[in-house]
Amino acid sequence: MQRYSGFGLVKHALNHHENWQRQWRNPTPKKQYDIVIVGGGGHGLATAYYLAKVHNITNVAVIEKGWLGGGNTARNTTIVRSNYLWDEAAALFEHSMKLWEGLSQDINYNVMFSQRGVLNLGHTLQDMRDIQRRVNANRLNGIDGEVLDAKGVQEIVPILDCSSRARYPVLGASWQPRGGVARHDAVAWGYARAADALGVDLLQNTEVTGFKIRDGRVYGVHTNRGDIEAKTVGCVAAGNSGVLAKMAGFKLPLESHPLQALVSEPLKPVLDTVVMSNHVHGYISQSDKGDLVIGAGIDGYVGYGQRGSYPTVEHTLQAIVEMFPIFSRVRMNRQWGGIVDTCPDASPILSATPVKGMFFNCGWGTGGFKATPGSGHVFAATLAKGEAHPLAAPFSIDRFHTGALVDEHGAAGVAH
Amino acid sequence: MFHIYCPYCEEHREEEEFHPRGQAHLQRPADPENCSDKEWGDYLFFRDNPRGIHHELWVHSVGCRKFFNITRHTANYEILETYKMGERPSITAETLAADERQSGVQAASGGWQTVGARPEDEALNTEARA
Ligand SMILES: Cc1cc2nc3c(=O)[nH]c(=O)nc-3n(C[C@H](O)[C@H](O)[C@H](O)COP(=O)(O)OP(=O)(O)OC[C@H]3O[C@@H](n4cnc5c(N)ncnc54)[C@H](O)[C@@H]3O)c2cc1C
Ligand SMILES: [Zn+2]
Repeated sequence: MQRYSGFGLVKHALNHHENWQRQWRNPTPKKQYDIVIVGGGGHGLATAYYLAKVHNITNVAVIEKGWLGGGNTARNTTIVRSNYLWDEAAALFEHSMKLWEGLSQDINYNVMFSQRGVLNLGHTLQDMRDIQRRVNANRLNGIDGEVLDAKGVQEIVPILDCSSRARYPVLGASWQPRGGVARHDAVAWGYARAADALGVDLLQNTEVTGFKIRDGRVYGVHTNRGDIEAKTVGCVAAGNSGVLAKMAGFKLPLESHPLQALVSEPLKPVLDTVVMSNHVHGYISQSDKGDLVIGAGIDGYVGYGQRGSYPTVEHTLQAIVEMFPIFSRVRMNRQWGGIVDTCPDASPILSATPVKGMFFNCGWGTGGFKATPGSGHVFAATLAKGEAHPLAAPFSIDRFHTGALVDEHGAAGVAH
Repeated sequence: MFHIYCPYCEEHREEEEFHPRGQAHLQRPADPENCSDKEWGDYLFFRDNPRGIHHELWVHSVGCRKFFNITRHTANYEILETYKMGERPSITAETLAADERQSGVQAASGGWQTVGARPEDEALNTEARA
């Protein structure tokens, strides 16, 4: 792999940038791999990378029905934070946050991780009590966080309407300075390039259409490009996880919903942090290119069409304009949807399944981008050892029968 | 935007008058005190979530406020049928597969976000599609 560096940039400039190496190969599928990962989004690619890097398992294929990152990975609003309420979730998301902090160096790819801070606004007394509880829990877990009053919020975001005239006045917020945003496609491409360099085969335009299962144990997958054998299969397919589980003969406690986002025309720098509001339901940041990146809520119905409904967009823009009257005349450029796999307790599933050798990493719903490095890291360990990594153990499917739920509706309540 | 036929109001109304309430025809365990954790967990948390034909509960929340059922395709969003509480769907994944086998055409692949009407009421269908 040709390493990227400032020096390399200058060198290639002399050749008019015509000799850059391809970022990854386009291999022909082999008949057999040690481990097959279904789904070439950020989580699947990160899993493959850590399998090769940490566990020295390189006879691995990532099977992707479309193009790398074309699912939710390159459709999200890129918010990264780790201020979750419960110990289990906080540990997993903070593990991820630590990996983010060294990620560009680790994979030699600029993922533009920008720790510009994340505000979660409170608009009611109950919001503020919940925020206090969550920030206290975060601090006990060694996660940075502060409770701000309206004045403190106004200092960070001068353009936010913090006046008492607002229909839902801002009473305060939780503030996580280490939170921020990253460039989502660079995350997929960076992990892909690094995994490919270690020998992982990335098979695009290859759709898994069924599983080869004998005596309750998986030994391969059927694809539109022929059968591929593997004793261990990890499914990381976000909104389509339920479809894969059905092929394997079991159900998951998931529902797939459209979630949409939109971006505005590019503006001069006006917002240098991330603002989220559970109560009026909207979240916003400004990309380095200048466009406002705005996230909506999910459509309430089950849907697999990667688009959302207009009433949802309308409600979101109402919320944004309510918070930021200054944006009332900004024009929107593009709008799109992804299919998110929502779990009843708003926590993910990292788990063995009724089929031996088959594992699922899913249920990240509206908020898994921030977890990409950590999820890949612990799922790689789970696949390599055949048993759950300690950070993954609380997120087994069993919890929906034992009742040991990790209820993160408070911290994850707003889609993000 | 969905244009939904409420079987109680007997009219098409815009999506915003309604709320989706998840999978239809769920059976609460008859004797919850004595069912196993498995049965109870399945009832509470596990849903069909199909990519295809889905029977779902909706409520006409700012209209007649009644609950009713919709059969809808979850990939192309076509509404195939709406029917009252207590009724059974006349279109299911199975009946569609049978139709398809008979006629050699793919059923339920039609519209984008088209409208729903009672399939037997051709007038409503044509009016809505116009
Ligand atoms: C609009 C929107 C905004 C969001 N905002 C945020 C945010 O601000 N912060 C945050 O943390 N999270 C956010 N999320 C959630 C986040 O995007 C996801 O949780 C995360 O990206 C999931 O990554 P993944 O790799 O698991 O899934 P994906 O990127 O969806 O990858 C799954 C892949 O599996 C492939 N696949 C499916 N079926 C098959 C098959 N049969 N064979 C082969 N391949 C298959 C798909 O093509 C897809 O590429 C948002 C999501 C959306 C839609
Ligand atoms: Zn009605």
